[in-house]
Amino acid sequence: MSSPDRPGAEPSPSPSPSSRRPRDWRKALEITVLVGPALVVFLGFVIFPVVMAGYYGFFRWKGYGLPTDFVGLQNYVTILQDPTFHEALWHNTIIVVMSLVLQGPLALLLALLLNRPMRGQSLIRVLIFVPYVLAEVVVGTGWSLMLQSDGALNGLLEKLGLDGLAQDWLSNPDLAIWTLLGIITWKYIGFAVILFLAGLQGIPQELTEAAQIDGASYWQIQRRITLPLLGPTLRIWAFLSIIGSLQLFDLVYIIWGQYIASTAGTSTMATYMVANGRNAGNYGYGNAVAVVLFVISLVVALIYQRYVLRRDTAGALTERNER
Amino acid sequence: MTASTIAIPRARRPRGSGRLPWGSPAIYLGAVVVVTLMLAPILYIIIGGFRTNSQITADPSGLPAPWVMANYAEVLGSTTFWGEVANSTVAAVVTTLGVVALGLMASYVLARYRFRARGLLYAVFAAGLMFPMTVAITPLYLVVRNLGLMNSMAGIILPQIAFALPATIIILVPFLRAIPDEIEEAASIDGASRLGFFWRMVVPLALPGVITVGILAFIASWNSYILPLFILNNEASFTLPLGVQAFASQYSVDTAKVLAFTSLSMIPALIFFSIFERRIVGGLTGAVKG
Repeated sequence: MSSPDRPGAEPSPSPSPSSRRPRDWRKALEITVLVGPALVVFLGFVIFPVVMAGYYGFFRWKGYGLPTDFVGLQNYVTILQDPTFHEALWHNTIIVVMSLVLQGPLALLLALLLNRPMRGQSLIRVLIFVPYVLAEVVVGTGWSLMLQSDGALNGLLEKLGLDGLAQDWLSNPDLAIWTLLGIITWKYIGFAVILFLAGLQGIPQELTEAAQIDGASYWQIQRRITLPLLGPTLRIWAFLSIIGSLQLFDLVYIIWGQYIASTAGTSTMATYMVANGRNAGNYGYGNAVAVVLFVISLVVALIYQRYVLRRDTAGALTERNER
Repeated sequence: MTASTIAIPRARRPRGSGRLPWGSPAIYLGAVVVVTLMLAPILYIIIGGFRTNSQITADPSGLPAPWVMANYAEVLGSTTFWGEVANSTVAAVVTTLGVVALGLMASYVLARYRFRARGLLYAVFAAGLMFPMTVAITPLYLVVRNLGLMNSMAGIILPQIAFALPATIIILVPFLRAIPDEIEEAASIDGASRLGFFWRMVVPLALPGVITVGILAFIASWNSYILPLFILNNEASFTLPLGVQAFASQYSVDTAKVLAFTSLSMIPALIFFSIFERRIVGGLTGAVKG
């Protein structure tokens, strides 16, 4: 993170020297009253729990009373040696990579299509975005009913004479993760499309017009002008997608539940955390998993910021000063 | 920031003419395919609620024949459903008000006061983006439990406000900073105190940003799953997402009723979305693009 403060353009005029002291006192009071409530809530419910997770992670602890059974790094050793955790980590890796590979090009294509001036485009845009606003529980419940072996999808395939394609979408371990990726794509692609469209709007029309006059084809223009100029948007989207994929919990937990998720091959680090932490009553262990999940996300985020986002004017976590 | 947050991505209109041209048929064909794929699962849920279980067993992908209202009527007549609607509404409304109030106050200071710890304060809030709720849920649960807030709306509202603050502040600070100094000077010459300026000028001028932030907070709260899953254990305190899940496992053999319950639970979000579609889309892209 770079310094968030803006050096130039300070908004408030500095008080005149003669009145400095009483006004300073008043200013301090105003700052306290205005920032205080937000800071207290934020520190109490975000920072404090995160710090405590680091502390609890060193204990074997059932969650009642004060943790006393200090086990040092034992929880972390256990996590890193647990094959179930390795599987979850591997699933997260697949989800990270495949979300980028599946959603990126598809969303880009859709955004390019929808960026052409034509009738009905705002309606289409809204409809593509609908799944993104629905609750994960609604999406999960609907899809899991549809995808059961005697569900609507297999029924539809049968009607179309494609019985051969009917599958046990949810519990076949070779297939379930692809089912999950399909649902993820369906749910989140609208966000990518909207983001890319906003980026496309920011590309000056003069550039494409000039290229057209110079005889460039549509696809040449997209490749040589649009894509490079869309770079910052694509990189921010990829960042959000990666972090979201590492933290994935809701959809898996809702559709597969904690036990089936691991046999179906869709468990993630977050479902592992909940299953082995809270649900097993091992709060020390659960907190240690949370720390591991956080450290992995942080390292990925920092590497991404350092090597990918660096060339953009603003990173995801730094304040945007330009404009 | 300001422009991209308020303005929704709209296609450029051809100069001079008010109406958009028709695109090529191939593009519409592609669009129809995509839109069908996006809407089919949602329609399956809604239409499935109008069928009976025997219809669903006989033909899982068929249309209702005849259409039955019983499933929807039964869900609409149940106190459980309305209790969950009430809980979700309270949580979402109070979370939204809290996020807007606390976020606006803090952003105002971060945007327009000069003091030594300002950079640090901003960095602390921005660092909150690094801790999504999933990562913090286990210790967060312990904090809420130790405060005695289990099974209470306060137990989900306070953490939701806290986790929404970083994004809120990052969206609002540039908004407030964009208010020209001249306005503040003029107000000060006219005798307004800084707090007077805050109420009379800042709040109205920041309204577009505030609405964006509020809508994002409302939808996040309405759809929230992992926090209620940890905090709310008795059925009377369930919000809709937990209610849908509980209903789905309780009536796992009654597919039609589960579909009816699920589709009724998404109606508020769909209505909200259709009213505020422009703001939601604009807010998301603005929040990300900056």
